[in-house]
Amino acid sequence: MRAEKFTVISAGHGGGDTPATPRNVPHKGGDANPTAAALQARFGSTIARVDVINGETTVIVDRDKVHDIVQWLHDEPTQSYEYLSDVTAVEHRDAQRPIEIVWHLRSIKFRRFIRLKALIVKGSALSICSIWDIYKGADWLERECYDMFGIQFTGHPDLRRILMWEQFKEGHPLRKDFPLRGRFSRSQQLENALAANPEARYSMEELSIVDAYEELPLDMRRRLLGGEKTGE
Amino acid sequence: MGLKDLLNAGSDGTHGDATSMVSMDARPNEPWVTTKLDFLVNWGRANSLWPMPFGTACCAIEFMASAASNYDLARFGMERMAFSPRQSDVLICAGRVPFKLAPVLRRIWQQMPQPKWAISMGACASTGGMFDTYAVVQGIDTIIPIDVYVPGCPPRPEGLIYGIMMLQKKVMNERMNGTSREEMEPDPKSKLYIPSSRIDELSEPFGNSVHQTRSAP
Repeated sequence: MRAEKFTVISAGHGGGDTPATPRNVPHKGGDANPTAAALQARFGSTIARVDVINGETTVIVDRDKVHDIVQWLHDEPTQSYEYLSDVTAVEHRDAQRPIEIVWHLRSIKFRRFIRLKALIVKGSALSICSIWDIYKGADWLERECYDMFGIQFTGHPDLRRILMWEQFKEGHPLRKDFPLRGRFSRSQQLENALAANPEARYSMEELSIVDAYEELPLDMRRRLLGGEKTGE
Repeated sequence: MGLKDLLNAGSDGTHGDATSMVSMDARPNEPWVTTKLDFLVNWGRANSLWPMPFGTACCAIEFMASAASNYDLARFGMERMAFSPRQSDVLICAGRVPFKLAPVLRRIWQQMPQPKWAISMGACASTGGMFDTYAVVQGIDTIIPIDVYVPGCPPRPEGLIYGIMMLQKKVMNERMNGTSREEMEPDPKSKLYIPSSRIDELSEPFGNSVHQTRSAP
């Protein structure tokens, strides 16, 4: 009787209730995630390329169609990608290669993993559509990506730094043109850091301090005045 | 020289260390001593240092091991960990400090009442260690004045205890009327304890961030 309460999760490929761990996976090539073929059938030429590396499927998609594709992967019952595990970016040392923005999607129902990549050619606007309206978990992931690479996610409700402090003025540290020790001298960095009021990093809701309010960046003051609550 | 020795020296009528104190029998069976106030105050301070652990990385694990029963900091009068800077004497900074934390560490140091001391535990706290990057403070002596540096990555508990004993020696040598216990004030303009030219020099021999090579053309 009790067994009826459990839903059997069927495996993506291979069939049966207990999927085996894939063995002897080739470095390149091999079976692609069936989602890739479905994407090509549904979106046609907006899917630029499908790579299979170490058994993981990477789909390179048109940067303007990312939102539609992710929306479809999320909503379509035969795909059912419920879980966004990462949003990040890659910049290569080779200045000719474009910056890649990477999404890792996972279907818990079908036990599938797919990686989407969109390419942004160097020199063009570093902006891409946010998928925060599809996956709420994209909020902090996209903020981190903005903080480290300076990529603007249009449609994100609160795009600001998350790892570095908001007054950080040296740029975006994971870009290849960012010097390892930062753009300022050590003493300048220290002076900037020590000039910061520790309490100014928190929102009104967290500390309800009035005296640090004037030291907050203008956009943060505007958000707080609008009654924003953190983490929502 | 412990308090027991001091009291024994008074009660049985024998003279203790003549250079640090003189003991006399005023009345039989009522022990009393005369000593230098510096000695007595420093002796009390050195043997009841209350640490404020500021653990940010793996050094904090070694600090916990030092405080636990195997190495037992209580032997040095340090069993009372103060997790509030207002009730502490020694700030033990164990681990790397990023620039984001620099104003916090400075604030905690300023919240500690005099007399206060600071130990920089481990390579990262003392010099930035292997983290010669845009995010990490290159030695916390650029933020707060430090009394004892403990090298190691991380230092073993013996190392930390040796540093603590060095600090106790330093405390014992302090003078009430000397200048050693006056609080160092940072430069009012730059808010730094060390001149900025010295700080840029300290990041040698690798060159400071202005003169480094970039990672990509």
